[in-house]
Amino acid sequence: MADWLSPAEWEAVRLSLRVAFWATLFTLPLGVFVAFALARWRFPGREALNILVHLPLIMPPVVTGYLLLLAFGARGPIGGFLDSAFGFTFAFRWTGAALASGVMAFPFMVRAVRLSIEAVDPRLEQAAATLGASRPWVFLTVTLPLILPGIIAGTVLAFAKGMGEFGATITFVSNIPGETRTIPLAIDLLLETPGGERAAARLAGLSILLAALALVLSEWVSRRVAARVGGR
Amino acid sequence: MLEVSLRHAFAGFTLDAQFRAPPGVTVLFGRSGSGKTTIVNAVAGLLSPDEGRIASGDWVLLDTDRGVRLRPHRRRLGYIFQEGRLFPHLTVRQNLAYGTWFAPKGAPREDMGRVVEMLGIGPLLHRRPAALSGGEKQRVAIGRALLSAPRLILADEPLAALDEARKAEILPYFERLRDEVSVPILYVSHSASEVARLATTVVAIEGGRVIAQGPAAEVLGDPAILPAGAREAGAVLTARVAAHHDDGLTELDAGGIPLFLPRVALAPGSLLRVRIAAHDVILSRERPEGLSALNILPGRVQDVRPGDGPGAIVALDTAAGRVLARITRRSAEALGLRAGMDVHAVVKTVSVAAADIGTSGAG
Repeated sequence: MADWLSPAEWEAVRLSLRVAFWATLFTLPLGVFVAFALARWRFPGREALNILVHLPLIMPPVVTGYLLLLAFGARGPIGGFLDSAFGFTFAFRWTGAALASGVMAFPFMVRAVRLSIEAVDPRLEQAAATLGASRPWVFLTVTLPLILPGIIAGTVLAFAKGMGEFGATITFVSNIPGETRTIPLAIDLLLETPGGERAAARLAGLSILLAALALVLSEWVSRRVAARVGGR
Repeated sequence: MLEVSLRHAFAGFTLDAQFRAPPGVTVLFGRSGSGKTTIVNAVAGLLSPDEGRIASGDWVLLDTDRGVRLRPHRRRLGYIFQEGRLFPHLTVRQNLAYGTWFAPKGAPREDMGRVVEMLGIGPLLHRRPAALSGGEKQRVAIGRALLSAPRLILADEPLAALDEARKAEILPYFERLRDEVSVPILYVSHSASEVARLATTVVAIEGGRVIAQGPAAEVLGDPAILPAGAREAGAVLTARVAAHHDDGLTELDAGGIPLFLPRVALAPGSLLRVRIAAHDVILSRERPEGLSALNILPGRVQDVRPGDGPGAIVALDTAAGRVLARITRRSAEALGLRAGMDVHAVVKTVSVAAADIGTSGAG
């Protein structure tokens, strides 16, 4: 099994999983929070926030990558600050790939969670309040369990996006072996290398397999959760 | 005693209501849109009124003059909603326990086993709400409110979403709540028979204002109020079960007057309340002879109120209590009815609906 892929190819797989994992981990709480704010709160700038969240979905990924480079690059305002204050760098590191994947995955996460929050009957949350539950408890004991299927769907979408992100990643952090060369970037390079088609096909097949696995898993989990929530 | 005073302006509707809710069941009675639910939501804290004060002794829920607006979760109320609002992701047992998770540790609370037994929901404990019938859901909702150790129970038309059979199933549980649990209850209804069976105190609401409040028999027997309209008018009598007869009738003693009703499942000696719908009462100046109706109550006309249409409401005082009769204005004139005149009220036994007969804890 191990020699089915070359060491370089294994590295791309491991890197993709790592990038997708961290991108999902950070997108999840932030995405749930933003989805909740957009679904439930009325505040100035709500529409602007909505547009901002959706921009990576609509803009060419290269443009997103370019904007990330401007902001989080070594000489960018945020990137420069993080580097000088904490010694933390996004530029040309796997952390940058994770950031790019997270930004690209964010709208998918927010949309999935927001839909499920809008489906929650606020009268149930009122009932919980009359029974003595404070706002945070209402969220934890009523809202969160009811939106779990949406959160799972959003997580799978975000993870899949993290595994497959290409345009923003290559623009922002380039194609560096062992650092930012995830599966799609490796495939891209292999296709431009004479004799690389077989290796590209292997990685492509593996991508399809991983995506299918994630989908099956999430379907199974969300069916179980939906059955609990729906009471059957 | 809970004292409520509220003022809130909506677009095109102003609520301006003051009332007191003594122990027992206080029913906010009025038509749809009269502001009843708004009042209950303000008591629960789900609506923040422009001005007002809601307090019971030193327990202050709202006092806008002093800037007190307790958040809903700090009010310690058990709210029974019209649609139950059970948590779909929790089992019946978890739904019942939900309020106990947040109740203060030392609060006097009902015993889970006793409440489950009283509501007959033992076999449902492991189910989820989706697998319950409408009546079962509402019983669980009652239990959930009761078990949250509330200082006041609110019920907003808890029977309105149920069919007649389910209403008949749930209403006795509210009677038991009134008679066996010491927590005061604020109950919203537009149904005259629910009011007649449950209310200790009636607060009649119309157009966002309180038009009358007082003991149930007094408010329901006042022909000047009729919060549900003349069609729904009816007085409430308190009577004691005297005997059950072999022909399927139960004989009651209502202030010395015998009343015959279809069989009532209560032991002789029990107190009950009977609502006599005004449109089921016939008036006669002479004591009628050769009549099939069994119940004849002699009384004295106290008031004759012509309505907007062809009808009139006649209020008479009998030894059994106040009785209302809805007759035509033409009949009222033909009989020459006026205050002080002696008449006989005739009530057919079978016209008293089972839904209008209930137990009477407070008497």
